[in-house]
Amino acid sequence: MPYHADLNATRYSFPSLKVLLARASPERSGDVLAGLAADGPLERIAAQHALADVALGDFLQDVLEVGGDSVTDLIMAEHDAAAFAPVAALSVGALRDWLLDPATTGADLAALAPGLTPEMVAAVSKIMRAQDLIAVAAKVEVVTRFRSTIGLSGRMSTRNQPNHPTDDSRGIALSALDGLLMGAGDAVIGVNPATDSLPDYIRICEVLEAIRTQLDIPTQSCCLGHVTTALAAMAAGAPVDLVFQSVAGSQKANEGFGITLAMLDEAAEAVAGLGRAPPGAHLMYFETGQGAALSAGAHHGMDQQTMETRAYAVARRYRPLLVNSVVGFIGPEYLADGKQIIRAGLEDHFCGKLLGLPMGVDVCYTNHSFADQEDMDILLTALAAAGVNFVITVPGADDIMLNYQSLSFHDAQFIRQTLGRPPAPEFAAWMVANGIGVPGVSQPSLAAALGRVRLPGS
Amino acid sequence: MSDLPASLRALTQARLTLGPRGRALATADRLGFALDHARARAAVLAELDLPELGATLDRLGLAHHVVSSAATGRDSFIRRPDLGRHLPQDAARALADIGPADVALVLGDGLSATAVMLNGAAFMAELALLLRQMGLRVSPVILARQARVALGDGIARGLGAQSVVIALGERPGLSAADSLGVYITHRPAARTQDSARNCISNIRAAGTGVTDAADQAARLIAAMRSSGLSGVALSQAMANAPLPAAGDQTHR
Repeated sequence: MPYHADLNATRYSFPSLKVLLARASPERSGDVLAGLAADGPLERIAAQHALADVALGDFLQDVLEVGGDSVTDLIMAEHDAAAFAPVAALSVGALRDWLLDPATTGADLAALAPGLTPEMVAAVSKIMRAQDLIAVAAKVEVVTRFRSTIGLSGRMSTRNQPNHPTDDSRGIALSALDGLLMGAGDAVIGVNPATDSLPDYIRICEVLEAIRTQLDIPTQSCCLGHVTTALAAMAAGAPVDLVFQSVAGSQKANEGFGITLAMLDEAAEAVAGLGRAPPGAHLMYFETGQGAALSAGAHHGMDQQTMETRAYAVARRYRPLLVNSVVGFIGPEYLADGKQIIRAGLEDHFCGKLLGLPMGVDVCYTNHSFADQEDMDILLTALAAAGVNFVITVPGADDIMLNYQSLSFHDAQFIRQTLGRPPAPEFAAWMVANGIGVPGVSQPSLAAALGRVRLPGS
Repeated sequence: MSDLPASLRALTQARLTLGPRGRALATADRLGFALDHARARAAVLAELDLPELGATLDRLGLAHHVVSSAATGRDSFIRRPDLGRHLPQDAARALADIGPADVALVLGDGLSATAVMLNGAAFMAELALLLRQMGLRVSPVILARQARVALGDGIARGLGAQSVVIALGERPGLSAADSLGVYITHRPAARTQDSARNCISNIRAAGTGVTDAADQAARLIAAMRSSGLSGVALSQAMANAPLPAAGDQTHR
């Protein structure tokens, strides 16, 4: 069905909802690369005008226009018509106004989440400014629990990411302890393994388990290997707290990651069966990123931000503990510079929260992006204002395994000191009990801290 | 205040906190990080110094020829990887006059011209010597501006070469901006899959040496020509000396 807008006696036409969404998307390099971006600022604004007038009910069709796509089928199957009812008569523009209305509360938004589809959420984000994305996300509280309680209003958690280029056990432990001594890791202590071998996966789980149990830390650990490796490790009896997987917004893109929804179903069931968590705990961890589908040639002519939001439909099926966009990691061909990365980080956080996800962000960039640490300062501060559940932190902001820059442990402390965002309550109590961040209490040296932990095989 | 013994410091290059905690980064650390990032950015934005590279190749006795991809400058190269993979038709036609070769040798800027200026010519000289000893005809060194890995495929086809070796600068990390990556492809086609390439990465002073890398590359080419395989299939076949397939997304 065609859409159009008339601006200054010029008619701008868009042959389908998918094309309209792409043309209305704020500028980013990935949509230019895909040949989907608006032909300049006027066409983009015309598309945003047309999009604001589209009825939300129009999004209950197959927007992707790919028959049999498993993610589309999931979106349709899980749509809750009763939850949708309060906004069913609204247009995209009216939804924006309703979201921003001070009378619309966080409870209203939480109740609406199952009634919204990814494409509706992506659509409304495209006509929202940065402050709109912050203001609405800040109303939504998505709380998840395992050993720590993550996402409570007024708090910000961190993933402690002690990656190492050869997965050296003591090298990983040193970075993890560095973060713990600065209060990082209440969301998860999570390692991206350098290889995807089963023995390495199991050893990394055991190293993180040793640190957590010996220091009695109220947090979770995770080795971010492939879901099939996690399944094999669980079968072998490895101490797996959380199952991780990268997910994307189309069946073909997920196949590029080597996964199907059936595999994720199996892993979710297996990790629940381990009985390591209290009843009702959240046990899955997902990462996503704008450009993932395009880089796999699996975007089907849909813009990268809408595709990203479709990945959240996959994530929310599994009641995850943690979800984060790796926003600046995918590269400048998708998000070219600091402005595009900042905008995308705020969009991803907003869209995830509106769909009911415990959304975090890896505030990051690569060295071939037109971005630097100051852009990350701005994005971090904006996300903290928006109530981000967690951010990723590494020693000195330099991930020496994945070769990109994220946030440092110091950056999280900056937010705690400037905006007052303490970590999860259980973890905050553990810090106090151990004198971490307590004025006048001196901490052991890194060498002494490492010496106190007995690592497997040593 | 450095509290880490050398034996522990050697475990990781991570930027561990050795000074006071609970406050912003110390001035020296903040400025040190900015310097490392500036080095990486300078390497990404650098252009090949063609006169100097040409003079070096002349001294080494290697003929050379310059081509440019469809990307018009560093900005378009970085934002549009598709342009960096495409060889314009006039450039391809010019290659046809250079004459037949068995192996096309390509030196491209990739994401770090710095790496190419440091080690690119020496690598090509060692590799050309080994290939000639194997009785193979090598092309002049094609100096490729704004080049991604797949640009080598078009160059090889323009030259009529069966195999192509393209060496280019890898995406700089904060600790190293001088890594050269080498990608080898047998019978490159218009749409060669990355899984059909073999890769040797991290070629630099503190990583894999130029001589070692040239030796690995020559052995791979010999194996490709005798088996007809390349990429993942070749790695799997070379059971006693497995070599990694090309998987580095940063150049594609």
